[in-house]
Amino acid sequence: MKQRLQSLAGALVALALTAVPALGLQPQQQNEFVPIDKLPPSEQLPSAPLLVAAYAFVWIAVMFYLWTIWRRLGRVEADLQALERRTRSEQR
Amino acid sequence: MKKAFLPLLLVAAAMFAYAPIMIAQAPYESTMGLVQKIFYFHVPSWFAMFTAVFVCGIQSAIFLFRHKPSADRVAAAAGEIAVLFGFMGLVTGPLWGRKSWGVWWQWDARLTIALLVQLTFIGYLIVRKYGGPGSEKLAAAMAIFGMFNIPFLYMSVNIWRTIHPKTSVVPTLPSGMPGPFWFSVTAFMILCALLLTLRAQLEHRRAALDALYLEHE
Repeated sequence: MKQRLQSLAGALVALALTAVPALGLQPQQQNEFVPIDKLPPSEQLPSAPLLVAAYAFVWIAVMFYLWTIWRRLGRVEADLQALERRTRSEQR
Repeated sequence: MKKAFLPLLLVAAAMFAYAPIMIAQAPYESTMGLVQKIFYFHVPSWFAMFTAVFVCGIQSAIFLFRHKPSADRVAAAAGEIAVLFGFMGLVTGPLWGRKSWGVWWQWDARLTIALLVQLTFIGYLIVRKYGGPGSEKLAAAMAIFGMFNIPFLYMSVNIWRTIHPKTSVVPTLPSGMPGPFWFSVTAFMILCALLLTLRAQLEHRRAALDALYLEHE
């Protein structure tokens, strides 16, 4: 019985010793909170460039895509007309 | 649609020109401030993307099960439009997130599924272009798979813990915000329909050209 108690106590001490470094690794509790609008200007991210970039991207993407469709349509129409001309001239 | 195309194009152009004025007059969100106004283009671009994905998926199913080539042409057009609007959402979102979350990107459920859907439809376009003969059927199956991801994408914010706002944001917008928001949504939907019509027209003309080539040979 005494031996069992000794081994149990030994196990508990070993466990406690193992846990000590883990306690040391715990991050310190953060008790400072700074609202984002109270940050110094050097640490604040300006909103306007992000907003302008977002809207500009949407506009540019639409314009670019429209341009690619018009270009592809123009190429297909030109091919169609060329083929129709060739077919007509061969029929003669 | 052909007769309505030009008037609708003018309406869409006017709406896109007027939307920034409405958005500028909309009230500021209390915590995010100015950057929250990206919302008025970000969310409608996803609505337009979802619409294009559903058109692509449904037309692909019609092509696969009813063998209608015209449905495949509309699906091809819608797939490209879905990628376009997906890019808008994936670019405007991080611009908004950088300011409000402090990071450009977060690998949470909503953002990751959005990226996967976008990659699925980029894959759809690549398979169509470089897959060789018969690739339309494989692409159609991909489109159906992509379409079934949309409910997961939409509901992801309610199911999983994520940094992204929940779907309850739009129905509970404070007064002064729903007007510009639904105005933008309407403008994006008209734009989506116009682009889809124009792009489908390109596919129909290509099909006519192919038929003429075959006839000529």
